[in-house]
Amino acid sequence: MSQFIYLTFDGLSRGAVYAAFALSLVLIWRAARIVNFAQGAMAVAAVYAAYSITSATGSYWLGFGVALLAGLVLGVTVERVVMRFVDHSSPLNGVVVALGLVLVIQGVLGIIYGNEFRPVETPFSRDAFEVGGVAMLSRYDLFVFAAVGAVVLVLTLLFTRTAIGLRMRAAAFAPDVSRLLGVSVGGMLTLGWALAAAVGSLAGMLVVPTELGLHPTAMDVVFVSAFTAAVVGGLDSPIGAVTGGLVVGLLLSYVSGYVEPTVAPMAVLLLLVVVLLGKPGGLFSSSRARVA
Amino acid sequence: MTDMKTKVGTDPVPASVSQKTRSGRRLAPVLIVVAGAILILILSYTLPPFRNYQLATVGAYLCVTAGLTVLTGLNGQLSLGHGALMATGAYAFTLAQNKWLSMPVSFVTAIVVTTLAGAVIGLAAARLRGPYLAGLTLAVAIVVPSVTSTFDGTFNSDQGLSVMLDPPPGTIPMERWQVWVCWAGALLTVLTLALLVRGRFGRQLRAVRDDETAAKLAGINIARTQVLAFVVSAVGAGLSGALFAVLAQSVSPGAFPLTLSLFLVMAIVIGGLGSLFGALWGAVLLVALPTFAQSIAEQTGSHRLEGNLALVVFGVVLIVVMLAAPGGIASTGNTLIRRFRRTR
Repeated sequence: MSQFIYLTFDGLSRGAVYAAFALSLVLIWRAARIVNFAQGAMAVAAVYAAYSITSATGSYWLGFGVALLAGLVLGVTVERVVMRFVDHSSPLNGVVVALGLVLVIQGVLGIIYGNEFRPVETPFSRDAFEVGGVAMLSRYDLFVFAAVGAVVLVLTLLFTRTAIGLRMRAAAFAPDVSRLLGVSVGGMLTLGWALAAAVGSLAGMLVVPTELGLHPTAMDVVFVSAFTAAVVGGLDSPIGAVTGGLVVGLLLSYVSGYVEPTVAPMAVLLLLVVVLLGKPGGLFSSSRARVA
Repeated sequence: MTDMKTKVGTDPVPASVSQKTRSGRRLAPVLIVVAGAILILILSYTLPPFRNYQLATVGAYLCVTAGLTVLTGLNGQLSLGHGALMATGAYAFTLAQNKWLSMPVSFVTAIVVTTLAGAVIGLAAARLRGPYLAGLTLAVAIVVPSVTSTFDGTFNSDQGLSVMLDPPPGTIPMERWQVWVCWAGALLTVLTLALLVRGRFGRQLRAVRDDETAAKLAGINIARTQVLAFVVSAVGAGLSGALFAVLAQSVSPGAFPLTLSLFLVMAIVIGGLGSLFGALWGAVLLVALPTFAQSIAEQTGSHRLEGNLALVVFGVVLIVVMLAAPGGIASTGNTLIRRFRRTR
């Protein structure tokens, strides 16, 4: 029982990170109808930026801020310099260009930092509190929950309560009408990419210390888990992304704990196949698919 | 051409083309492959051993790029999982080879196993489109090390397996023999694919890619066509993986990382989607670009450039080609040919 409780909390903590990462995929999908396969590499780049700052100044929080900023800048750059010019007549084109970005980012990171795993510090202890002899949560888990919760809250408020959020939704849903009404559709698209990349960087900052360490390919497996999370929830649904993230996190944690850690990627693949074949729109899909 | 009645709208051959040129379309690949075989034979006797090894590697890559270009270029299915299928072929070959010590049996085993694997993935893939398919196949590519670690009794985890190969017959040097084996596989693959895509199957592939509804109305079974396309390209990948096992004389999950799958996509995009000549260009690039990047890295003396420079070059080239010339290298050739024909 105590193992079950521990694995559940561990799974929720992992799941929160996958939820944040899945949210970043959903944000771009809703804004541009592109699944950003370069999101993982972009997040790793932001974490490397944070790593440099933290090693130079010794301040984790300065590095944390730099990671978010680097995410924003990367998002804007990728959208303005590359993605804007992709021919969207075939959905393959965006995917292929994103894969090119993955190669470029991973190559550049490897040239600058080398291809060895670098250990990354956490701002809080990862030792779990014990309640009645049962290991439950660590301070770091609480930090993860707080950070992801804050992101979800801010994004919800942004999209439902502010004028800029309304503009972003309008620009994605009906670009031509929005343009007639004076919305800068291109600007909203850039903003969407910037936001998504920043959320992705946050997820990267949270997940890298819990994995093997910092490496140009550190987010490859995380990306697949987050993509699965986004698909489980439905690529169109932010609530679905959060739920999907938690489901995937719990699944990974239980499989790693009760079976073997090496089996976990296979379990994710299995979940992805089952969801894609059973309910391809995701568990939270509305009955009518959006065409635009 | 016997199936004139069922001609689908996307057939690239205009109706005015005479019966004679149509049979020429079947004959041309055979001639090109025979010419290629002679060229390879001559090259294998004239090149130094290291160049021969590179030539053999091009042949091994050609098997997978040719299959993948048919799948992605002609059928519109993007697979990021062909690295995993290559691993499947390589491991199947190695396990069979180490058990029975007979290369023909091992190649057949590799092909049978990847056919099955391709059918399983293809069945799922046929129901998916665009980014969903890419994501699923990406998950397949990621899962390779996990599989080899979980069943480490069979696959020996990250260390992998070594391949027990008989030495080449007679006094033939190893590299020359590898060229022959790899290019025999490559040319057979290309010939089979060329004949396949020139016939009814090729038209069905293109019809499904261009407009599924129209294809369905024309009586084409969409799912069956897509699964078949996936199986055909999976066999190419499996054969390629087996050839890589012959080349390296070992297999390990590290030889089939996610970047390999991305490189394959890059190769066929840069070469020109859907063109078998493009697949050849892609295979050449897959060998030439890393060698080129490696030599630059050695000149500058920076060990961090090794491998990574190739990634950057590949990535930049891929993005530039996608943005500037989505047709790839092969299409520039085609455009020239078309211009030439028009002026004639």
